Amino acid sequence: MPVEKKVVRKKIAAAADLNNFMRDYYLELDAAAKQGAPKIAWCTSVGPAEILRAFGFQVYFPETHSAMLGATRLATEFIPEANAIGYSPDICSYLTADIGAFLKGVTPLEKAFNIKSVPKPDVLVFNTNQCRDVQDWFNWYGEKFDAPVLGVHTYRGVSEVTEKHIYSIAKQLEALIPPLEKIAGKAFQLDDLKHAVALSRECSELWKKILDTASAKPAPLTFFDGTTLMGPAVVGRGTQKAVDVYKILLAELEERIQKGEGAVENEKFRIYWDGMPVWGRLSAHSQLFASLHANVLASTYCNSWIFSALDPQDPFNSMARAYTELFIVRADEAKETYIKDMLAFFKVDGIIYHDAKTCPNNSNCRYGMPQRLEKQTGIPSLTINGDLNDLRMISDEQTKTNVEAFIEQLQERRHG
Amino acid sequence: MELEAPLYVGADVGASRTKVAVLDASKNLIGYAVQKSGTDFTATARQCLALSLQMAGADESAVANAISTGYGRHNVDFARGSRTEIGCHAGGCYHYFPMAISIIDIGGQDNKVIKLDDAGRRISFKMNRKCAAGTGAFLEEMSARLDIPLERMNDLAARSTDMVKLGSFCTVFSATEVLENIRHGKKIEDIVKGVFFSVIRRVLEMDSLSQNVVMTGGVVAHNPVLVRMMEELIGRPIRVPEKPQLTGAIGAALYAMNGSNERE
Repeated sequence: MPVEKKVVRKKIAAAADLNNFMRDYYLELDAAAKQGAPKIAWCTSVGPAEILRAFGFQVYFPETHSAMLGATRLATEFIPEANAIGYSPDICSYLTADIGAFLKGVTPLEKAFNIKSVPKPDVLVFNTNQCRDVQDWFNWYGEKFDAPVLGVHTYRGVSEVTEKHIYSIAKQLEALIPPLEKIAGKAFQLDDLKHAVALSRECSELWKKILDTASAKPAPLTFFDGTTLMGPAVVGRGTQKAVDVYKILLAELEERIQKGEGAVENEKFRIYWDGMPVWGRLSAHSQLFASLHANVLASTYCNSWIFSALDPQDPFNSMARAYTELFIVRADEAKETYIKDMLAFFKVDGIIYHDAKTCPNNSNCRYGMPQRLEKQTGIPSLTINGDLNDLRMISDEQTKTNVEAFIEQLQERRHG
Repeated sequence: MELEAPLYVGADVGASRTKVAVLDASKNLIGYAVQKSGTDFTATARQCLALSLQMAGADESAVANAISTGYGRHNVDFARGSRTEIGCHAGGCYHYFPMAISIIDIGGQDNKVIKLDDAGRRISFKMNRKCAAGTGAFLEEMSARLDIPLERMNDLAARSTDMVKLGSFCTVFSATEVLENIRHGKKIEDIVKGVFFSVIRRVLEMDSLSQNVVMTGGVVAHNPVLVRMMEELIGRPIRVPEKPQLTGAIGAALYAMNGSNERE
């Protein structure tokens, strides 16, 4: 009988350091919430964290919390709670899972770190560069906690980032300063912002180097590793600790390359992933691809936390540029150029598009992009239907058959 | 007829039906069987193997290799390897039509559109989304709703003179539309044809089609009216293998013959 292979994958040793980093991060937040100091700011994952760091806020990112709900497969249980109070099952399942869990008084932080609840915010600051849903999400909590909500409203579908875009976003970032001074109870210091931006840039550069190691053949890490290793790049941007832990990780991956150690045994196919991960299926998907000797080694998603434009000498303008040059903000033309560069750099054999039911902004397969890119590059693609958090939107068997058939197709193509 | 040993077996365990095909060394189909998959895939596949070998006049010792495919491909105890149904339908269809083709397979639980180049290599494939619209399951739901046995639907549709169009993508909403049409006194045969038309529309939404189109699958095998309707809609003739329900199993048997038990 054909047996479904169980694959043992070599673990990344530095993952333990990253886990400790995340534990310490959440424990510090919890302590601040309990003591009432330092003050706590909630921030979107691609929001102006550097400004908040400059004021000395402890910064909490609800998206990371909701990804934890997804990864622990709790999300689907709580999404209906938010649906029932008027948040549609068709909108962002980060939002619905997070609000639903809050309504039920549940957090995955309890099991992970013995933390009973998310930290109460003194202020919530969003940037709509990812989607409008973050604004609705933060407004809901703002009302719940009676806390002020501040925001940056981005452009959408940007082809070329121009000085007008930068000027407008930089002005919005500067406009955050007076209200944040009031909430923080301290005056803004430009040098503190420059310091935070410098650390953020350093973290970002290290994260880029980490992801770029996957260009080696065989690749020393997978996209599925990346989705958990990216924690410091999201929550620790602007801190020295994030820089330190990424140096450890990078050294390990470079050593793996030296030794020719691949993350996937006998790597034969190199795959690019576009779109969100399916948080509740990280392990299953990792196993599925590894069993086929395919490594999903690069992604739009993990690379979205690389902010090469950040410049400590020009913090507001460079933050405006970094947060507008972001893939998700751009027009398809710019996105396609970006993906083509990635395909060439990582020597990719095939692309997987994840069409996430509740995340249109991160589902790039809906306006003919796969067909256009395949025509231009000759690299085949597969679209799988799923969702980031809502497992009701997923058929595991369909995904498995699709992926297996896609790898068969790549194999046939290679052997003519 | 003398058996051309060795023999090669393909077992396609689908969500609805299990199909087994036996090929001789010259790729002739010498035995086959189709049974409801039921709940014990292993036993059903075994039963189909026994019936197929009986038809071929051979016993299991003559089988050199066997490959399984379909949802239950890992439950076939006599298979020595497995391939996806997409690969197997492609191989089975190319065997009968060795040219650049677009294959439309309408199964009990899912649909596929598979494109091959003139050398039989897969260019692309699409499966239906998780929704049942356009699949055999949709027809089963409608037959239950209309209280018409599934096997009568083809003949009823063939008698239609004024087809009712169903607009909804969703199976449940389509059922509501069907009820609405019954309430408005529409003829059953016109509604049934509308149900088939809905299946075709859903399939055509999945992908564009190349010049040469092949249709396969159990739904096509039992409802040839679908092929005629599709031909009318796309404006060109469609090729259908002699046993359209068996192409997956035949493709698996061809893989068995080529010795590709495992993916690389």
